[in-house]
Amino acid sequence: MDPILSVQELSVEYATRRGALRAARDVSFDVESGETVAIIGESGSGKTTLAVALVRLLPRNARVSAGAIRFTRDGITRDVLRLDDEELREFRWRECALVFQSALNAFNPVIDIWSQFLDTARAHGMKDTKAVRDRSFELLDLVHLDPERVLRAYPHELSGGMRQRVLIALGLLLHPALLILDEPTTALDILTQRAIIDLLRELRTKLGFSMLFISHDLSLAAELADRVVTMYAGRAVERAGVEDLFYRPRHPYSIGLLRAVPRVTGALGSVASIPGSPPDLISPPPGCPYHPRCPLAIDACLAAVPPLLPVDMPRHDAACIRWQEVARTIGTAERHVAEKLA
Amino acid sequence: MTNGSPLIRLVHVTREFKTPAGVIKAVDDVSLDLDRGEAICLVGESGCGKTTTGRLLAGLLRPTSGELLFEGNDVWRSRGADQVRFRRAVQLVHQDPYASLNPVRTVEQVLAAPLRHHRKAQTAKQARAAARSLLQRVGLTPPDDFLHKFPHQLSGGQRQRVSIARALTVDPRVIVADEAVSMVDVSIRITLLDLLLGLRDEFGVSIVLITHDLAVARYFGRAGRIAVMYLGRVVELSATQELIDDPAHPYATALIGAIPEADPDLTRSKQRLPLKSADVPSLLRLPPGCSFHPRCPRAEAGLCDVLVPALTPIGGTRSVACHVAVRERTALAAATGPFRFDLPWVDIDKSEGSAG
Repeated sequence: MDPILSVQELSVEYATRRGALRAARDVSFDVESGETVAIIGESGSGKTTLAVALVRLLPRNARVSAGAIRFTRDGITRDVLRLDDEELREFRWRECALVFQSALNAFNPVIDIWSQFLDTARAHGMKDTKAVRDRSFELLDLVHLDPERVLRAYPHELSGGMRQRVLIALGLLLHPALLILDEPTTALDILTQRAIIDLLRELRTKLGFSMLFISHDLSLAAELADRVVTMYAGRAVERAGVEDLFYRPRHPYSIGLLRAVPRVTGALGSVASIPGSPPDLISPPPGCPYHPRCPLAIDACLAAVPPLLPVDMPRHDAACIRWQEVARTIGTAERHVAEKLA
Repeated sequence: MTNGSPLIRLVHVTREFKTPAGVIKAVDDVSLDLDRGEAICLVGESGCGKTTTGRLLAGLLRPTSGELLFEGNDVWRSRGADQVRFRRAVQLVHQDPYASLNPVRTVEQVLAAPLRHHRKAQTAKQARAAARSLLQRVGLTPPDDFLHKFPHQLSGGQRQRVSIARALTVDPRVIVADEAVSMVDVSIRITLLDLLLGLRDEFGVSIVLITHDLAVARYFGRAGRIAVMYLGRVVELSATQELIDDPAHPYATALIGAIPEADPDLTRSKQRLPLKSADVPSLLRLPPGCSFHPRCPRAEAGLCDVLVPALTPIGGTRSVACHVAVRERTALAAATGPFRFDLPWVDIDKSEGSAG
């Protein structure tokens, strides 16, 4: 079966005064039907650009310079980059809904929640107000909110966790097959984060949608993802199943990230930051963009950008010419990298 | 602890704020001691009073009641030289390195101003030399690459290092770091925490780290203590590892069980303590008794909804503000001898039905 979403060698550029800023470069990955994929990386890694490009909401100074975004539903595959305005409107929300990072800014602050549901529904041709109301009640129930109370409220009257729930409910309004979430739990308190994670897991089981989420938070990926894509300097540098990524990473940057985030319970292991800082995307270093920070870098790393190639595990790719070196150190045991390196 | 009295103490401190809707107690009867060279983390969710507690410790907010003692002297009653000594001794590092540095001042100017003001440097030349050595100390090397930079030319992590260097201009005894790493990229947080810990080890600076991130607290506080706050009160105060391995307060238990971990098997198999309600009460309408009781699965009617639990020592370095935990732990201590508090998680979960 075709994956529901297939991103192929996608590149996105921003025009800036200093020149073209290449925020995403040759990014390829698939989301299978029913699967949850996490894109992880630091700020400036291109992950939000990628999410926005997928639903073609890039700002004016940005353009997709290469690549394809193929979306398949009911056996029909379409290239999102070739949809006309009307098709695009259908595609957003019905096929693929984006839940934004900032749960407060995503709402219109001067209309109540009911109006936000109604506006969205009307924009997509749902004329029957009663049907919209029923659907809103059903969805708010599903995200464990009191529909009567919430529909009457204005965005500022709701807590951060409630707003995030409303946004998720709104995203599901038109039964999308794919939900894209940009930092869905950032800025929420621990217990609220937990509730949102549990809710997403529950909704995924009940409704069977696929999920793609974008986060700097490795623990969110550990909680929810089936597969993980690590991004660095606009490139996908590793693609792996979630346990491979955490226990058997093959890219030094993935290892760097994993060691930089201590666990709360369990052994502390070898915790360390990555030296240096992310590269300038307007004039990136030659060759592998990670080489200036990489403990394994050799001269050959400067010569060419390493392609994303299969490593010693099935469905696992890394863009590192030194991956075999990494594999020798990390091995294949089911243990967190920080423990293995301790 | 080595030479008797703590360096800095909050003694039954309460701080109220007037809001249009009424008076709230952001901090309610908090007592906290900090020894020389001690690292302590204040953790809790938004609105728990951790930032206010930090500002009270730094002497930036006056307590509504209670005392702030520095080397045994009441800071808010001291005058003149004692006041100046306190101001120099306690420095605050803010959360947002983008907002805490003046955008039109170079790094050298940022550092020279307090050096000159506090007479640590008499001439511009001395100030520059002192600034160089401070930059070296916070890992901005070579210092000459940074002296003439403006904040916008620095990364978030570098700015935070400049903020720490600025705090060091006055040779502080205590640094209060409020969410000092939460706005920098995950890949460089650990080096900033290590930098703060290094100041403690090298110069005996005491550090109060305020954070919402338990993983940061666990790493930073591994040789120190954690104070967990909820709605203005400290609900548990314990050595870090003990608190992580075996939290006594049901709120701490719930937090540690709920926090997502960057490890798939670990995080997907964690024991949880489900709460009765997800709603955090408003500080304007705090519940009677223990303010956690409406959410607490272990709350006992007639006790927890009536009596406010005080932070009570339960042996070792630990204190907890929970009627039920205090009763159980002290009973257990009596049965098994002192300082054995290794209640396994599962006991708590079994009594409450299935987890999660």
